[in-house]
Amino acid sequence: MSLIQEMSQRALDLGVPMSVHFDITYRCNERCVHCYLDHDDHGEMTTSEIKRVLDELADAGTFFLTFSGGEVLMRRDFFELLEYARNLMFAVRIKTNAVMIGESEARRMLELGVDQIQVSIYSHRPEVHDAITKLPGSLRRSIEAIRFLTEQGLRVTIANVLMTANMHDHAGVQALARELGVQYSLDPTITPKMDGDRSILNLRIPGSELKGVFHNQALVGNVEEFCAPPPSPDEDVMEGYPCSAGHTLAYISPYGDVFPCVQLPLPSGNVRRQKFLDIWNHSSELNEVRSIRAKDLTVCSSCSHVGTCTRCPGLAYMEGSMRGPSTADCEKSFERTGIPSANMLRGTIPSVPLIQIQL
Amino acid sequence: MTEKHSAKYIAKSSAIASRLLGGEMMIMSAIDSTFFTLNLVATVIWQAADGHTSLSDIVTHYVCIEFEIDFETALRDAEHFVEEFSRHGILHISDQPIKDEHIEDSAVSPTEAA
Repeated sequence: MSLIQEMSQRALDLGVPMSVHFDITYRCNERCVHCYLDHDDHGEMTTSEIKRVLDELADAGTFFLTFSGGEVLMRRDFFELLEYARNLMFAVRIKTNAVMIGESEARRMLELGVDQIQVSIYSHRPEVHDAITKLPGSLRRSIEAIRFLTEQGLRVTIANVLMTANMHDHAGVQALARELGVQYSLDPTITPKMDGDRSILNLRIPGSELKGVFHNQALVGNVEEFCAPPPSPDEDVMEGYPCSAGHTLAYISPYGDVFPCVQLPLPSGNVRRQKFLDIWNHSSELNEVRSIRAKDLTVCSSCSHVGTCTRCPGLAYMEGSMRGPSTADCEKSFERTGIPSANMLRGTIPSVPLIQIQL
Repeated sequence: MTEKHSAKYIAKSSAIASRLLGGEMMIMSAIDSTFFTLNLVATVIWQAADGHTSLSDIVTHYVCIEFEIDFETALRDAEHFVEEFSRHGILHISDQPIKDEHIEDSAVSPTEAA
């Protein structure tokens, strides 16, 4: 167990929100086709409100703070907030499209000791990337920004969300990451919009492509290990928690709403009306999330994948139940191992055409 | 007693993230993301590293009293600890008090616990 895992376990035992994902704005200069947010400003927290929340997070024991959005640099006070957060000794990570990062912004991020910067890149081809972001020239500008950041010695990760429009470009993006000397991460997850609109799920890559991704050594490393059949779940698995959401992780929206995770839109309180720690300690919603063990999952507890599945409680919640299955993750488990999930065997997954099994 | 030892002053680097968790300090270097945890004694020294208080005074007034360790043993261990952390670039050591502009205060006070 690594030191960070040890401390995460300790945070779990102590009930400390070790990581907070803080969307400081939903405004964005891109209009990505798969984005789950609306980009209007419905009354973002002010600079002083956010600083007060940061004080409260530091008091609550939060160590990893992710500033995200929207595009964080759409806020004119971004660097003021970043400096404030660093003075409170958070390990700050930034998620950005980097379009607004020039040499001086990159230098400032270094001066302020930013831990990591994640930049969304969808394709190595401008016509594909820019069509997804709907911002002409965005790939060129994002790549330019990555060069500024790496020249300062900052750690950058390219986040490559896969969807139908770019599903054949991951090798090109991976090569681009190598050329730029940055990390690469791939995510084939498209989530419904926060308002419940599921239309963007049509952008999800088909199962056959997903299978190709999971069996690609360049993407997953040891394919045999990654795609191995799941071991029988033991008692530890069944007594375990589905994920860190609400246990050591919280999400705060630009309007002060607190959720267990950015992917789990279960309103649990608002930091404009309550102190963060009061929400964290006493919210009935968070306590309900915390009460759920693998053994409590309605379908998944009887699934052979229960111990190894990437099941997202947020996606399950958006499908109807926090305790239910997430069909997107059922599909991932199936395409990875070739073994249908318990949910698939129930035959209740219209979005997963079983004809793909080629029986 | 402290006068017998050559004065050393210690200050935290600004290029770190830190937080107290269950009485022990987590520290991450912003330079290379190296992650450290400090035991209770090292946490007390870390929290008192304000650049103005000498290491021997920190040992005398915090470590020896709080942990009932004799001064010579505590100072030897403390010197070993600060030198190691200095090598990682997360703690500055000087034979003079360290000016404020080189000091980044921790988010938690020496007495605060998560």
